[in-house]
Amino acid sequence: MPKTASSPGKLEQQAGGLRASGDWTLPHHKRLRRTIEQQRPGHAANTQDLNLDLKGLGELDTSGAVLLVEIMGPERMLEVANWAPEQPAERHALLMAVAGAMHHSTPIPTRARSPAVVALGEIGRIMENLGRQQLQLLGFIGLTLGSLASVLVKPWRWRVTALVAHIQQTGLNAIPIVALLTFLVGAVVAFLGATVLRDFGATIFTVNLVAYAFLREFGVLLAAIMLAGRTASAFTAQIGSMKANEEIDALRAQGLSPMELLVLPRVLAMMISLPILTFIGMLSGIAGGAMVCVLALDITLIQFLDILQRDTPLRHLLVGLGKAPIFAFLIAVIGCLEGFKASGSAQSVGEHTTSSVVQSIFMVILIDALAAMFFMEMGW
Amino acid sequence: MSRSEETVIEVRGLVNRFGSHVVHEDLDLDIRRGEILGVVGGSGTGKSVLLRSIVGLKHPDGGSIRVFGQDLQRLAADQRSRLERRFGVMFQRGALFTSLNLQENVALPLIEHAGLSRADAEHLARVKLALAGLPPEAALMAPDALSGGMTKRAALARALALDPEVLFLDEPTAGLDPIGAAAFDQLLMTLRDALGFSVFLVTHDLDTLYTACDRVAVIARKRVLVADDLATVEATDDDWIRDYFHGPRGRSASQAAQRTEDR
Repeated sequence: MPKTASSPGKLEQQAGGLRASGDWTLPHHKRLRRTIEQQRPGHAANTQDLNLDLKGLGELDTSGAVLLVEIMGPERMLEVANWAPEQPAERHALLMAVAGAMHHSTPIPTRARSPAVVALGEIGRIMENLGRQQLQLLGFIGLTLGSLASVLVKPWRWRVTALVAHIQQTGLNAIPIVALLTFLVGAVVAFLGATVLRDFGATIFTVNLVAYAFLREFGVLLAAIMLAGRTASAFTAQIGSMKANEEIDALRAQGLSPMELLVLPRVLAMMISLPILTFIGMLSGIAGGAMVCVLALDITLIQFLDILQRDTPLRHLLVGLGKAPIFAFLIAVIGCLEGFKASGSAQSVGEHTTSSVVQSIFMVILIDALAAMFFMEMGW
Repeated sequence: MSRSEETVIEVRGLVNRFGSHVVHEDLDLDIRRGEILGVVGGSGTGKSVLLRSIVGLKHPDGGSIRVFGQDLQRLAADQRSRLERRFGVMFQRGALFTSLNLQENVALPLIEHAGLSRADAEHLARVKLALAGLPPEAALMAPDALSGGMTKRAALARALALDPEVLFLDEPTAGLDPIGAAAFDQLLMTLRDALGFSVFLVTHDLDTLYTACDRVAVIARKRVLVADDLATVEATDDDWIRDYFHGPRGRSASQAAQRTEDR
């Protein structure tokens, strides 16, 4: 519509009814609505004998038409040609189209609930979801193991290329960040140990502290948490957007198994990558500890290595490494399952990515705590 | 509003390429006020790319695009944003915001640009949804719960939110059943007559071309071959145009349009 000099829309009382003039367009909508509410409190009471004079009307768009229809009521407006014949046909068409649309649209009833009921309902819903989530996870683990078992005996169905590609993404590409992280934490643990042990004149035991901590717990835990943040989220986002794009359905419709094509390579790649990353994390953490010992505690590197070799039994390494495949399996399975649970929307992919990271880190720490108790009881 | 010769969008010498692949070369096109311009062309001839260049989503590699007499590329960001508010775009797959329900989808530009309160904006949004032919209960539905036809209608309602002066539609009737598509054509014409906007309509739907379009622009061989009323376009001596309009589908659509006019 041409932008002529715009005169704001007005609604005035006049003898025998109302008079609308000026531009009834979107920029004036807010003000016009206020005017209507002032002039016609409790409007739409009886519009049958109301007269509306449209002769002075300037520009009119849908938002203005909506207001006019509200004043007159949709039924009267459908007969606009009868009572405002001077208006052009296009304007009749607009007013009638809007009136027709509003005629059919009934206001949606909203029921107010008390906040307490809403809160209780929300808690119940969350608990129910939590329970269902665990059941789903167990079911999905079963499904994964089942398809793993069926594929394992048929080497021609192994997806070696996909597996290697995923190992590169989840394992090889994660080496720098895992190594750096564990190196720094190793240094921090050594400092911490030295501070406490210095009071007992036992600084030399810092070496044992760093070695034990990294071999048993920190190496695997840090690597697993890194992968939970880095890879579980990636799995969820990949599978989630494939689902949104109906790619998963396309696979199924072609008689291909998404479990075999998408889940198994990811789970296996993770189970191969995490132990390797764990080992790298252990070495790098101990190296971080060694650096602090050499630079700050007057323990020479020879001494450090000597104590390490003499005092650290092999079982600590095995305890640490043994947990890695289990963590890897859980992280990968949770990442994939959350991807499958995502629905088409962007919101849903985001929510499930968050959920997969939170769940996998939670699971890793929970299992680690249980394992620590188990190993303590066993005296390993 | 009467159709005039006034040009709202003027594309001159447009060049678009992706790497070494040239999509448009020296393309000229005018869109006049109040007309429905159908844009046709084979798949991959760059109809959607042309649409994206005009609305400013793709920077052209050459040529000029003047919108309401101003060059979109040369404007400062805020002026450009003000100009773009006068456009309504409906994307091929709807592109509704999946984190909002339908009435929030339509209300968003009203709240952001027109400064309406949430209640006012949502009220207006519900009317627009109804105008686009959606039932009242659809207002609170999420976009991913909609059928194809409803998605198109909701996308149209959002494109109409700010009462645009130019409406860009990318294959609006693709994927609709014939009844829904015919209703969409009618809706488009009613709204155009009532609101007086111009329509840039990318389509493959021959029925839409015959019933709704005032002019048709044919894109082939990297430029607009002809842009004129249907009779002139049909009569153009070009292999592609002949195949398109005088193939089996073109003939039946033309006959159907003829029958409706006779009735």
